[in-house]
Amino acid sequence: MIGNLIGVLFDGVAYGSLLFVISIGLSVTMGLMNFVNLAHGAFAMLGGYACVMLMTRAGVPFLATLPVAFLVPAAAGIVLERTLYQRLYKATHLDQVMFSIGLVFMSVAAATYFFGPSQQPVRLPDFLRGQVHVFGLDLGAYRLFLIAVVVVITTVLTLLLVKTRFGAQVRASVDNAVAAAGLGIDVNRVFGVTFALGSGLAGLGGGLGIDVLGLDPTFPLKYMVYFLLVVAIGGAGTIKGGLVAAMILGICDVAGKYYVPQIGSFIIYFLMVALMIVFPAGLYGRRT
Amino acid sequence: MSAATPAVAVPQAAPRLPTDRWRAIEIAFWLIPVVVFFAFPTHRVLGSQILITGLFALSLDLILGYAGIVSLGHAAFFGVGAYVAGLLAVHGWGEPISGLVVAGIAGAIFGYATSFLVVRGTDLARLMVTLGIGLMLYEAANQASFVTGGADGLSGVRMWKLLGVFSFDLAGTTAFVYSLAVLFLLFVFSRRLVSSPFGLSLRGVRENVKRMPAIGAPVAKRLIAIYTISAAMAGIAGALLAQTTQFVGLDVFGFPRSADLMIMVVLGGAGRLYGALIGTTVFMIAHHYLSDLNPIYWQFWLGLLLVVVVLFARGGIFGAVTVLRERMRGSRT
Repeated sequence: MIGNLIGVLFDGVAYGSLLFVISIGLSVTMGLMNFVNLAHGAFAMLGGYACVMLMTRAGVPFLATLPVAFLVPAAAGIVLERTLYQRLYKATHLDQVMFSIGLVFMSVAAATYFFGPSQQPVRLPDFLRGQVHVFGLDLGAYRLFLIAVVVVITTVLTLLLVKTRFGAQVRASVDNAVAAAGLGIDVNRVFGVTFALGSGLAGLGGGLGIDVLGLDPTFPLKYMVYFLLVVAIGGAGTIKGGLVAAMILGICDVAGKYYVPQIGSFIIYFLMVALMIVFPAGLYGRRT
Repeated sequence: MSAATPAVAVPQAAPRLPTDRWRAIEIAFWLIPVVVFFAFPTHRVLGSQILITGLFALSLDLILGYAGIVSLGHAAFFGVGAYVAGLLAVHGWGEPISGLVVAGIAGAIFGYATSFLVVRGTDLARLMVTLGIGLMLYEAANQASFVTGGADGLSGVRMWKLLGVFSFDLAGTTAFVYSLAVLFLLFVFSRRLVSSPFGLSLRGVRENVKRMPAIGAPVAKRLIAIYTISAAMAGIAGALLAQTTQFVGLDVFGFPRSADLMIMVVLGGAGRLYGALIGTTVFMIAHHYLSDLNPIYWQFWLGLLLVVVVLFARGGIFGAVTVLRERMRGSRT
């Protein structure tokens, strides 16, 4: 029973880590530009497909594809941000929602056209398969790897935001874009770079997540709620909030599906509505 | 200092409510479905679907276009209405009009209960709460298969004759007339509603939430009221679908239904009652013919259309027409 519980917790944390990697970019861009971007999952999907295509068509090993899974969506992100997203920062939330739903539909259709409607396979390297014995517990090697990756990413991101000049510019722009621009910060450039970084991280998460979340053309729609939830519950614009929210979501979802499968995903939606009522601005959100 | 100002003041029109008189073009608009009924007798089923969805879109337009509440879960009320009407008929009460009323009341109760969660919070919180409620109901209906039939849908809906005279036929004749009558009645109601002081205060909320309390308008109360009304109308639309198709599927609660509906309203032009109806008609007809060719292409073009509408045609079809008309007027003078 206890072993069970730890197993569920472990799976939940691994799942939460994945949600965190994918959603953190959304959280920062939402906090930065106040842009409701439902199409964030499309970037994750792009990363996933970049990963799969390199593996199956070019025979590149899994780990070597991950940088590409980061770079391709980051490039796509910066192009889309400069050409389209940028025009809508000042638009109403309704316009932003419609625009990003449109992007989601297009990405779903395009993915089906190019890669077919089926689930994509992933071949993990041998050392990431199977179980690892830690303190008498059997833990999935790949899930351990996921958690380790997230620890690294979180550390790097936090250092980037707290220690570097760019990080200071991002924080200033999140707090008050107008004042930041007045101080000579090129807010426009900060937006663009942050968007690309967020899209890249989403793509990396998409690539890492093929084994856990699966990958098919409906990916952006299927997980849209989860990504939005991380941001909405955590509060936009904070790494800590996103991390806590992703862990809560991951653990609750895995535990719910394991212990009370008959009510399935009901738990997660209930949790979401309940949390949104108690914390309308998110756990760590700033009240405006 | 400037005591002479009143003397040169421009005479201003007294503030008054928008005129409520029916214009010729509106009457012509409502003659279209009548013409369609006689001209295309083989398309009455599609026609009734459009009319029902039009009513549903109208209900969303009230909260989205007029009150500015972005909802991604309006199908929740549609589904509640559909299941209430369907279950009534399955359990032996197949009278259509009373079923419609009960479904409307059920939608209103559910809308009122959830309105408290929706009126508070930011746009993002609203988006998530409405989305969450919709998904929750979908899961609930899916799991409670002993009541709802689950994924197989609710079958065995048997309707009595409408008004004791007209039975629901396969050609959709009764369904068409029935839907048109209900749509028209509720449209007249909505039209009156949005040009009333209440409707004007909703627009005030949409334009500036912070100023409305300053002129003495209770924002939360107004939003709760319109949300409840909108939920009731969505419930009636759902009941119409259940009664005319004599079947209720799980997809009445689905997210695609909410998203498609929002697209229809925005496509036609949010905040204009006719915009909702025109958007629905265009969307449904395009969907009917294009998705037969290839459902994937349909989704791609739909997405592209959305992006283009948002970037270049704010206000949808209706907005574009207005802009064009103003431009023509401008070039003439």
